[in-house]
Amino acid sequence: MIPLSWYLYLSAVLFAIGLYGVLARKNAIAILLGIELMLNAANINLVAFWRYGDPALMAGQVFAIIVFAVAAAEVAVGLSLVISIYRSRKTVVADELDLMKW
Amino acid sequence: MPDATQVMFFLSAALILVSAVLVVTVRNLIHAALWLIATLFGVAMLYVLLEAGFLAVVQVVVYIGAIAIMFIFAVMLTRRDLLSQSPQTNANWPVALGVSALALVGIAYIVRGFVFSLERTPAPLTGDTLQMLGEALTSPSLFVLPFEVASVLLLAALIGSVYLAWNKK
Amino acid sequence: MSFWNFWTDPIGVADAWLRGLFAGWGMPEFWVSLLVSLIGIVVLVVFALVLDIMLVWVERKVVARFQGRLGPNRVGPFGLFQPFPDIVKLIIKEDITPAGADKVVFNMAPVISAMSVIILWAIFPLAARVYGTDLNVGVLYLIAAGAFGTLSVIMAGWSSNNKYALLGAFRSVATMISFEIPLVVTLLIPVVITGSMSLKAISEAQINSVPFFLVAPLAFLIFLISAIAELGRSPFDLNEGESEIVSGFHIEYSGMKFGWFYAGELLHSYTVGGLMGILFFGGWGWFGLEKVLPWLDTPFFGAISVLGKALIGYWIIMWIKYTVPRIRIDHMLAFNWKFLTPLSFALLMVMAVVHSLLKEQALWIYVPAMFLSNILVGWVTLEILRNNARQQRDAVKTPEPVAQH
Repeated sequence: MIPLSWYLYLSAVLFAIGLYGVLARKNAIAILLGIELMLNAANINLVAFWRYGDPALMAGQVFAIIVFAVAAAEVAVGLSLVISIYRSRKTVVADELDLMKW
Repeated sequence: MPDATQVMFFLSAALILVSAVLVVTVRNLIHAALWLIATLFGVAMLYVLLEAGFLAVVQVVVYIGAIAIMFIFAVMLTRRDLLSQSPQTNANWPVALGVSALALVGIAYIVRGFVFSLERTPAPLTGDTLQMLGEALTSPSLFVLPFEVASVLLLAALIGSVYLAWNKK
Repeated sequence: MSFWNFWTDPIGVADAWLRGLFAGWGMPEFWVSLLVSLIGIVVLVVFALVLDIMLVWVERKVVARFQGRLGPNRVGPFGLFQPFPDIVKLIIKEDITPAGADKVVFNMAPVISAMSVIILWAIFPLAARVYGTDLNVGVLYLIAAGAFGTLSVIMAGWSSNNKYALLGAFRSVATMISFEIPLVVTLLIPVVITGSMSLKAISEAQINSVPFFLVAPLAFLIFLISAIAELGRSPFDLNEGESEIVSGFHIEYSGMKFGWFYAGELLHSYTVGGLMGILFFGGWGWFGLEKVLPWLDTPFFGAISVLGKALIGYWIIMWIKYTVPRIRIDHMLAFNWKFLTPLSFALLMVMAVVHSLLKEQALWIYVPAMFLSNILVGWVTLEILRNNARQQRDAVKTPEPVAQH
């Protein structure tokens, strides 16, 4: 039998790893990878609480599906921003994008 | 001797955590995207353990089949060959490590002090969860409005990303 | 354990016998279940791969006949043992990894490509009680397995350190993810009619009423076209066009790694033919004959029915491959986004409306109504296309004579 706390600790560790990825990496795409990890950690939390709380109440799964959709939309727009920036500035390193207007 | 579900949980958790650490530390970005795929597959295994089969398959289709491939394409389109020699982490990485460790300790402390009974066994599933999920997503008294708003969001993202990445020559 | 029990329920009888055997040896319950499941998995995978070997012979004979020649006929009667020398030749070839290639990714790509096909056999129902597992999200699982195929293509193309491989991989992935949309939407039509995503439930619904190609023929056609594009076979094989970009994303693969790509593609075509049989042609039924002749209702003949329908579907895919010329990549994508996707969405909406209006009626009202709605959608599409063509023709008037009087 798997207690609920195991799932919560797992998602906490995954969230922390994603947070480290966002804060410590230079490449903009690597930052987006860290954001994906954090979103997945939140999703694990949602589905675990759905299962261990009241499985008849579908809100947990619906919330997780909406998070899927939001993550997909965010990655699409984020990556097209990165590509567009690369076209004009020829760099994707987040530190070098430090001008408000060029 | 742990029982079968606990063994599966440990396997999925090991896959997820090892792959996640490799995602944020590997120098070659394509390898990082491939390790992200391993992480996402581990999360799908976890969803199967939680008896949310629909979510597991949608995770594979949406995350691995679309988002990870988008990442790989973006890395290929924005490559500079010199990039793999320079360090991948910026100068603040000890601070980042400290902040994420602090976040982990904080969340673990909250989880431990949680009033909700965390050690209880899950109630057995009654009814067909797939059908209940379908009804929840399309019934006016439940969640049809967030569902429709999510589809409008996806439409906006579609148009926005095509416009942003359009080659304006 | 009588022979009749085994004949009507082979998996159940074998399962009970193995469990009794292992429990009799004193194994704890957990290991018995694990071992029996592992044995089942191994048997299923071996079955799929043995079919794959025979498909190599079928492919080479059929392509030969289409091209007016004999095909392999030296090794064994009618060349039946030809795949075995092929396999030996591929295995004894030198295992080359190009310089500058990413070794781990390069070697993983054919494995993942073959894996994405073999995992499809887990939900493939061969008879009423002969299947790997009965997922209640079976149809979505098919799409997920296709996602792994797409991944293997991009891994192969990128890790080869070769411009042509990368170009082929980009085109291939663009095609595969574009054609996933009409594929998913037409897969939803049997799901809407049946009310369940499980392949076993879809087959049983067809056996209890009519096969779905009578109810949704246009859906079957769109599924066929999208599936051929997903497979990467001609006429949509610009990704690996031998005459254009020198076999695309698997240009750097030789020996058994190429063998896995090739065999995986053949098995994938056969499995897609089988899925067409299960989703649209009645699964393991014999088109109503099994109610008249009860000996056709056993698992053995059910499996023969499914595998036979798969072979016919595979033959149709090969027929199209060796007859139709290749389509250019921009035509391919325009065909998908401007024609197939709107058509499949319109078809899904019309089918869903007609089904929800008529699902309580008797079969002889329901089936012709759905069939006619399909014909209506097809006819409206043809009229729109004809209008477009007429407009384009009128825009280019007859050229004026060059020499003016």
